[in-house]
Amino acid sequence: MYLLTELKEGLLISFRAVRANKMRSVLTTLGIVIGIVSVTLMSTAIEGVNRAFARSAAAFGTDVLYIQRFPWVGNEDWALIRNRRMLETNFAAKIERQSQFSDAVAPVVGTRRRVNLGDLSMEDAFVSGTTYQYMNAAGVTLADGRFFTAEESSGGRPVCTIGANVAETLFPREDPIGKVIRVGGYPYTVLGVFEKQGGLFGVFTSDNRVFIPLLSFESHFGGRRRDVTIQVRVADIQQMEDAKLELEGIMRKLRHIAPGKKSDFSINQQELLTETFAPISLTIASIGLFITGLSLFVGGIGIMNIMFVSVTERTKEIGIRKAIGARQRTILLQFLVEAAALCLIGGIIGLMIAFPLSLIVDQVLPTAMPLSVVFISITISLLVGVVSGFLPAYRAAKMDPVEALRYE
Amino acid sequence: MNVIELRDIVKTYDMGGAEQVLALRGVSLAIGKNEYVAIMGPSGSGKSTLMNIIGCLDTPTSGLYQFNGVNVSEMGDNDLARVRNKEIGFVFQTFNLLPRSDALHNVELPLIYGGVSSSERRQRALETLDHVGLGDRVHHKPNELSGGQRQRVAVARALVTRPSIILADEPTGNLDTKTGEEIMALFEELHHQGNTIILVTHEADIAEHAHRVVRLRDGKIETDEPVQKRRVKTAATAS
Ligand SMILES: Nc1ncnc2c1ncn2[C@@H]1O[C@H](COP(=O)(O)OP(=O)(O)OP(=O)(O)O)[C@@H](O)[C@H]1O
Ligand SMILES: [Mg+2]
Repeated sequence: MYLLTELKEGLLISFRAVRANKMRSVLTTLGIVIGIVSVTLMSTAIEGVNRAFARSAAAFGTDVLYIQRFPWVGNEDWALIRNRRMLETNFAAKIERQSQFSDAVAPVVGTRRRVNLGDLSMEDAFVSGTTYQYMNAAGVTLADGRFFTAEESSGGRPVCTIGANVAETLFPREDPIGKVIRVGGYPYTVLGVFEKQGGLFGVFTSDNRVFIPLLSFESHFGGRRRDVTIQVRVADIQQMEDAKLELEGIMRKLRHIAPGKKSDFSINQQELLTETFAPISLTIASIGLFITGLSLFVGGIGIMNIMFVSVTERTKEIGIRKAIGARQRTILLQFLVEAAALCLIGGIIGLMIAFPLSLIVDQVLPTAMPLSVVFISITISLLVGVVSGFLPAYRAAKMDPVEALRYE
Repeated sequence: MNVIELRDIVKTYDMGGAEQVLALRGVSLAIGKNEYVAIMGPSGSGKSTLMNIIGCLDTPTSGLYQFNGVNVSEMGDNDLARVRNKEIGFVFQTFNLLPRSDALHNVELPLIYGGVSSSERRQRALETLDHVGLGDRVHHKPNELSGGQRQRVAVARALVTRPSIILADEPTGNLDTKTGEEIMALFEELHHQGNTIILVTHEADIAEHAHRVVRLRDGKIETDEPVQKRRVKTAATAS
């Protein structure tokens, strides 16, 4: 209870002190304001990058294996693997027939082409050729319409299902279903639109992609000498490892690799990416927060400086308070509260500035200033106040009452 | 039992190197309950130093100081603060009020440090301000009060904790003769109500209000005797 009274008194005193030195207080808190703004924006941005990555990674699906010529990550010697043979699209059907663990298998080839509807165009859209099985082999959802059927797929029909960004670009107002668009100059009828996946600039997601039947792709854009990805959806996510072993065996058989020789293909999965990204993200976060933390540190020094001035200015007051019975702890607390209050004001102003700025960040990265950042910022500014206020407050607390009273 | 008992109190100030100032060189003094003592002496004789030690603002270099039978010389900082808060009311020459706080808050302050509840605090502060004749000035800041009124606020602040002793270091030093007399009348009244008062002064007619005069010279007690020329009124009421 007693402590509470002391705190209240401390707050009252600091309120008066801030009011008596408005300009000085504003300038002092500026350092904290800048510190909090940069820390807040930095953590918002880091949060955004992480979220974007998580979404991009999610687009690969946790239960999907990608059989490809090269590994996504790893430290295999490039010289040794660069001459690996191409995969063939017809592996997909063979794998599907032989595999126990897989649910659906789809070959995917891709190229970048201009996709347009009249003047509306997307210059560098990813055009993917695949089979009707893609819908089952990838973790994607349709927002509207449908994917192409087995018949359309095997018949090489000029039909397509498009990503959300493609739909937004080419059909800002209309419903895309049933319309004919041009893919690399060839007419294709839109059957469906995928749900937006978001993520880092839409690179790995379906958002910027146009899916067409594999046969159409081969006849329009050429199928030879293209990298093929075979996507395998594993039936039971618990059996990813078994499925990988099985696929490895099937692939080696298909390619006639002698026992004891190394496989000349890679089986990739989402996990690889997240595992690789985690330490990178941590490093970026640490460096970013360290640098912005420096600005808070500078702000804290400013607070310390002004608190020393304040303590010296109020030497007489400290003497008076001690003469009528203020204990060292009381004086210490008074100045700590004042420093913390200054920083808290700075922190709150900082948050008020950072919030609209974080909305701008939101335009680039899928993020919002998380509530935790608000609490953390408030805590940090209080902490900076207490830490940087400690030395001045300690000096005030230790003052000799007689000396302090004599001070003019 | 004596409220204050000083035995061989020595206070030295180190001036760096071997140089030392001997502010008090062996002062022994006993002051009983409801005594009214004036301390006099030339400038630099150690009056303020003695008051600060009696008021627990300062500690002696050597010697024994007992306050209400408790040895103060060995107290730690927190205990000294508690004694200053509860047992001693200090009145200074320069008033020493908090400039940004109004009279009421200034008077409440010792009670805040004493942990008195806020409602009781307010009531006692108002009562005490009323007592010193400032019932209609409670929300004035020090710079909105006259010198005499400021000193009354300071007296109220000293009184509000109902201390065992009131110490006043030249309380009229910054006041004109008339206001000085008013403050002295206030002290006299407090004394009649049973308070123990020690005051430092240069002026003989101020010292006359007291019942006992201690004279210091060069950090030593020169004389310690009752006031002979007592006013008739005071003598009549006191006996
Ligand atoms: N902090 C200090 N450092 C060094 N010397 C001091 C200090 N305080 C007091 N003194 C010395 O101690 C002696 C007594 O000082 P003190 O203030 O007690 O005198 P005083 O009797 O109150 O004088 P005055 O009537 O002028 O107020 C003086 O010689 C003074 O110079
Ligand atoms: Mg003096």
